Amino acid sequence: MTDTPGERTEVPLLEMRGITKRFPGVLANDSVDFDVQAGEIHALLGENGAGKSTLMKILFGLYAPDSGEVFLDGEESRVHSPATAIAAGIGMIHQHFMLVPTLTVTENVALGLKSHRKGRPDLAGVRARIIELSETYGLDVQPDAYLWQLAVGERQRVEIIKALLREARLLVLDEPTAVLTPGEVDDLFITLRRMANDGQGLIFISHKLHEVLALADRITVLRDGCVVGTTVPADTDREGLAHMMVGRPVRLAPDMAETEDRGVRLSVSGLTVVGDRGTDAVKDLDLDVRGGRILGIAGVSGNGQRELAEAIAGLRPVAAGSVSIDGTDVTGAEPKQVRHAGLAFIPEERMRDGAIGSFSVSENLMLLAHAEPRFSSRGVLRTTAIKTHGESLVDEYAVKTPDLSTTTSSLSGGNIQKLILARELDGEPPVLLAAQPTRGVDIGAAEYIHERLVAQRERGTAILVISEDLDEVMALSDDVAVMFEGRIVAVVPRADCTVGGLGLLMAGGEADSPAGAAATGGTGTG
Amino acid sequence: MTDFITVTFTVATFASGVRLATPYLLAALGETLGQRSGVLNLGVDGVMLLGAFFSYWAVLQTDSIAVGLLVGIGVGLLLGVVYATVTVVFRAEQGISGIGIFLFGLGMSALLFEEWVGTPRPISSFDKLAIPLLSDIPKIGDMFFNHNLLVYVSMLLVPGLTLLVNRTTFGLNVRAVGETPEAADSLGVSVARTRAICILIGNGLAGLAGAALAIEIGIFQHNLTNQIGFIAIALVYFGAWRPTGVVAGSLLYGLVTSTVNQWKTAGLVTGAASSFTTMAPALLTIVALVVIARRTAAQPAALTLPFVRGH
Repeated sequence: MTDTPGERTEVPLLEMRGITKRFPGVLANDSVDFDVQAGEIHALLGENGAGKSTLMKILFGLYAPDSGEVFLDGEESRVHSPATAIAAGIGMIHQHFMLVPTLTVTENVALGLKSHRKGRPDLAGVRARIIELSETYGLDVQPDAYLWQLAVGERQRVEIIKALLREARLLVLDEPTAVLTPGEVDDLFITLRRMANDGQGLIFISHKLHEVLALADRITVLRDGCVVGTTVPADTDREGLAHMMVGRPVRLAPDMAETEDRGVRLSVSGLTVVGDRGTDAVKDLDLDVRGGRILGIAGVSGNGQRELAEAIAGLRPVAAGSVSIDGTDVTGAEPKQVRHAGLAFIPEERMRDGAIGSFSVSENLMLLAHAEPRFSSRGVLRTTAIKTHGESLVDEYAVKTPDLSTTTSSLSGGNIQKLILARELDGEPPVLLAAQPTRGVDIGAAEYIHERLVAQRERGTAILVISEDLDEVMALSDDVAVMFEGRIVAVVPRADCTVGGLGLLMAGGEADSPAGAAATGGTGTG
Repeated sequence: MTDFITVTFTVATFASGVRLATPYLLAALGETLGQRSGVLNLGVDGVMLLGAFFSYWAVLQTDSIAVGLLVGIGVGLLLGVVYATVTVVFRAEQGISGIGIFLFGLGMSALLFEEWVGTPRPISSFDKLAIPLLSDIPKIGDMFFNHNLLVYVSMLLVPGLTLLVNRTTFGLNVRAVGETPEAADSLGVSVARTRAICILIGNGLAGLAGAALAIEIGIFQHNLTNQIGFIAIALVYFGAWRPTGVVAGSLLYGLVTSTVNQWKTAGLVTGAASSFTTMAPALLTIVALVVIARRTAAQPAALTLPFVRGH
């Protein structure tokens, strides 16, 4: 590495100097320095609440900093709205795509563009430019398709084309790989590198450490509003970055001890479930989870995982097949009966299906058991028992909350998830179904949740983990089942799992060769 | 001889249905544009009532139908400014705000009529404007080409609005703002401005619809519209947010109404049966809406949702 931060002579594309931003009770950014050179991919890494999005909102002029300055090409930034950001050559690929599903690709790209055709959009011209850009950057899109018809990966390519067509010189990518298969991530990285080689500056926001290491030229880590440090991939590794983010050493993969086989405790056979669109989302699916084992389900979002979880939990009708828990048939049973049979459930949408936001912490902790004699007597709640119960669980599961009467929705995502975990694991369930257990959760909380899942495994619970995070599935599972278009296309034992091999299966490919583990790192950092 | 009467009756009934459909169509087209941009306006009927009263009053004063129509549009635009301020600038709940506008229009039009006019006096009504050559076609001519100017204007608005929504830059903005306002905003399209313009056009058309009704009938009275504005909102859903669907619904509504009127005049239905027949158009709407409720895919996804950047 010939360049180190701060020694460049050329004027940086972006320079943010001494940015401080205070919100009531929170110092969101504390004299943050951050810069991006032309031709550089600069990764911005940090936990939720570390100040990444505040910094980006200041860049886009949505917040005014309390102190500090923003320079674009050495001149003070005048960006204060989306329109002025576009004019200044700044673009952003949001985590939740800014696309209109009912418009075509061409219309989406043309939206907001000035046209020289008197009140009519220049769709033919835009269409030609889309084709040109898609060839230049290897971005495969169909200009005439409607957005709703496209898969997630293609939607993202449309977003990139939108930015390219507006000649963005500085592009912010907020968690761009969250919804992609490993193969799509590779393609994205090739495109991003090509853009950087053309002189664009890119800010890559991600919490996937191996991706940051594979793609970035420089990495800046934020913690509690401060810059912890700026480093280059050659000088660090995943553990090193995690340490910087959390402020203490972190174990990224829990130890998995040998466990006693307790036999099949969750059995699903021939399960067919109809999805929201009226088509079969889960097709004739079989799986068994044995006590003391974790079966991980890997797959790209939208391949039937959500419907599978809902069908097992009794939240969605079963069209065919059966589900049984510890020998009890619970096919098509009410959620209450399924839970009675022994299912603990951590739902994907934790604030919709997992907890009641406006309820207090102690109320959410006793929700499942509120009618039991220990919490209610003749229909009247026993407040002391509820409080004692809440106290012990908050304590045991290290839920960070000011007190038990705090409104649950004011807790952080990680703490809400710990709260749900505490409630669900209370009472030694035979079967645990955990959907996206650490999505949007801090590394520290994720580490804790993983440890609890592994501990529960050792106590004989059969655990089914559904996750779109391949690292998580590989770290936790005894076996990984890959789900594609409603079916389990392969079950791979822990020892044989590689990112490349699973990625291929997730994209519907054949399991002919467990391709190299370096599949997501194949883009080099030229 | 019987055949002749039947045909004449049918042609007359049909022509009357087309004419009756006009206020529905004008109001529903305006509401269609508003809803495509994501704004539901339940106040259409109130806007129509005030438009109807002021245009009636203007014709009383000036004896000019043209002035009456312009006043109707002007009253609609003024209420549009109010509604846009409340729902777009202050982002108030649209359903409740619209009901407020309706109640205001209902009460205010009755009050002003009492204060300014008192006893009903008729005003001059529309002249028929036969389209040369086309109006000479047997039957078809009388059905479609022998009406007042506003009937043709409302019909021409159907392709006009379709082109505006589907072929212009403004229309592209409208579709985006009604579906995914945050996407439009991120590309520098002003959600507030786009919605405000749609509200103004929609309210202007509702005011015109009221004027058309008052001048067609030649009189004003309390609750003149008889909830036409609410039917117009239903017709937007019936027409699946497309001007072509809305015109089909409006014509169907006009034809059923004129047929029912025809039966009552001819004494075919009397007593309780007559009351039930009067309900026919409303029942038809409910049935159509129940059937159509399954096609919710066409509904603008951001309908009724105020837009706040960053939420």
